[in-house]
Amino acid sequence: MDLSTLTFTVVGATFALYIGIAIWARASSTGEFYVAGKHVHPVANGMATAADWMSAASFISMAGLIAFNGYGASVFLMGWTGGYVLLAMLLAPYLRKFGKFTVPEFIGERYYSQTARLVAVICLILASVTYVIGQMKGIGVAFSRFLETSYETGLYSGMGIVAIYAVLGGMKGITYTQIAQYCVLICAYTIPAVFISLNLTGSPAPQLGLIGTMADGSGLTMMEKLDQVVTDLGFAQYSEQVMGSKLNMFVYTLSLMIGTAGLPHVIIRFFTVPKVKHARSSAGWALVFIALLYTTAPAVGSMARLNLTETIQTGPVGEETANIKIAEVPRWMTNWQKTGLLDWEDKNGDGRIQYYNDGGLTTAEQALDAAMESGQDIEAAKAKLAAVQAAHAKTEFASHGWAGNELTKVDNDIMVLANPEIAGLPDWVIAIVVAGGLAAALSTAAGLLLAIASAVSHDILKGMLVRNISEKGELFVSRLSMAGAIILAGYLGLHPPDFAAGTVAIAFGLAASSLFPALMMGIFNKRINRTGAILGMISGIGITLLYVFQHKGIFFIPGTAFLGDLPPNWFFGISPNAFGAVGAAVNFTVAIWVSKKTAAPPAHIQQLVEDIRVPKAASASSGQ
Amino acid sequence: MDSEKAAQYWKLNIRLVTVLLVIWFTVSYGFGILLAEPLNAIRVGGVGLGFWFAQQGSIYVFIVLIFIYTVCMNLLDRKFGVNED
Repeated sequence: MDLSTLTFTVVGATFALYIGIAIWARASSTGEFYVAGKHVHPVANGMATAADWMSAASFISMAGLIAFNGYGASVFLMGWTGGYVLLAMLLAPYLRKFGKFTVPEFIGERYYSQTARLVAVICLILASVTYVIGQMKGIGVAFSRFLETSYETGLYSGMGIVAIYAVLGGMKGITYTQIAQYCVLICAYTIPAVFISLNLTGSPAPQLGLIGTMADGSGLTMMEKLDQVVTDLGFAQYSEQVMGSKLNMFVYTLSLMIGTAGLPHVIIRFFTVPKVKHARSSAGWALVFIALLYTTAPAVGSMARLNLTETIQTGPVGEETANIKIAEVPRWMTNWQKTGLLDWEDKNGDGRIQYYNDGGLTTAEQALDAAMESGQDIEAAKAKLAAVQAAHAKTEFASHGWAGNELTKVDNDIMVLANPEIAGLPDWVIAIVVAGGLAAALSTAAGLLLAIASAVSHDILKGMLVRNISEKGELFVSRLSMAGAIILAGYLGLHPPDFAAGTVAIAFGLAASSLFPALMMGIFNKRINRTGAILGMISGIGITLLYVFQHKGIFFIPGTAFLGDLPPNWFFGISPNAFGAVGAAVNFTVAIWVSKKTAAPPAHIQQLVEDIRVPKAASASSGQ
Repeated sequence: MDSEKAAQYWKLNIRLVTVLLVIWFTVSYGFGILLAEPLNAIRVGGVGLGFWFAQQGSIYVFIVLIFIYTVCMNLLDRKFGVNED
């Protein structure tokens, strides 16, 4: 069986499984649709949360980010896991005790204000929609690349699958489907990692391979070898390279943690378990299942970097025969060259590829080409190129006859998908990796769509417009709004505004700077009132958006940024992606200060806060 | 539950969460970022301790923290008679 037939079979089988589960577990009430009837076992919920949380970004992109950013990429590893500690201790048990269906519902009741609820709905929809576009794009790309269809066909197939099981099953169907998807994605991630770790270090556990010794008899550890290989080629030392600055890494990690704890599709998962104590343990189980992938990723990233570098630089730097001949590149390289995500160019005409840090030579050449095309700033680009060329001429690389980095394009995202091919694993492993990537994207998309649908039907329609709507009517509208959200996400996925990195920044920034502080203060500070919460959310989001837009363009439209997106322009060197934590700090400050200056919340609200702080009222007098 | 007991329950809860979050902060922001360089002098197998905490250790500690929290809170609930079962 050839690769595409095999892939078709494996992906088709997993899809049949998901749809079968959805039909078996279809929702028949709003309770089942929004929160799976609150009957989900905490371990099962943990597994579903893990699938919900780990998107195409975790599955496909993260290992690539780690491969090229080394130690600096730790911000993603800590940021996307540490948020669960905040979630478990500061939010999940209390929101479960509150016992309603949606995040805006809590904010609306705690702050006794429909305005607060509306602000929360807007934040939720903005964060979720921007996030879901990325998933749709991931689904489209994965389908089209491996099933050899067009991007559009791939996207439509993905939309169809999500539509069937999410609309039919609601949270109940999604939960059980996500459990199956978790199993598929974790197998797909770990199988190649185990083989690669065995090959390089002789250790079957990638977590041990990362800290292990090379199996090539050199006596070096894997990390020493990698550090040596990359620094020989002029790259930053893998185990010590930082992302921006230490301050930027600190704030970036904090933003991702707070954003994780504030993303509504993750929070609502904790409404599905039977009791408060289950909400606590369920967060722990979720993190166990997430950690299986997240502790494997550093090994995948570092080993992929080592394998890639050694594929091209086969011997000591400077020896003429130590670079791979273009005529002899392995099959996976030519396969990926076709997708345009990997490319090379023989600049010095020696018939071999040199992959090294050329001090910005390639970037300067590309900048000059772009300037020539647009007819602007040509002189500046020429001067820059001349300066870089002069600096390059003095390096030892130039003395070897190297004329610039010839691996002109390596997309981060190919690392996980190409890994089985790089390691020479059989075709069935490749087919499973494709199914895993799709499972990751589909499960997250479904969770996000549910969060959007419940905000529209439960918070806006039932909560604000038609209060006396029947359960059947609400269920119908939920399904309708989910279908609408799928079409909207699909449309935006077809015409992506081209801001992959910006999407992540804004989704995390919004959740971190608006929802998390409002939720946390709602539980931990009885004094926060309506005015404080609303102004806090608005100012938190406002400053985050302002910072993102001023560096990345208003609504990401190129050319509208009034400050360049470069480190010297950043506030204390904090990148726009990392600004959510600052937004959250502003939110906290404004909410606390304004609440102090205005009237305390009414007594029944203070009583509500007292109630959600305890799992069960011990006496009837303070019972609910 | 009378208000004095409720306040006591909440105080113990806050104390537990504070201790656990101090550890949470120390392993990730402390060991993983701020103190990574000096800690890298200590080796865990082939990597420095700071690097290991940033890419492996902090995640393991996070899991342990959540389960400690769960166990302690369940005990606290029972002690104050506010457990659900």
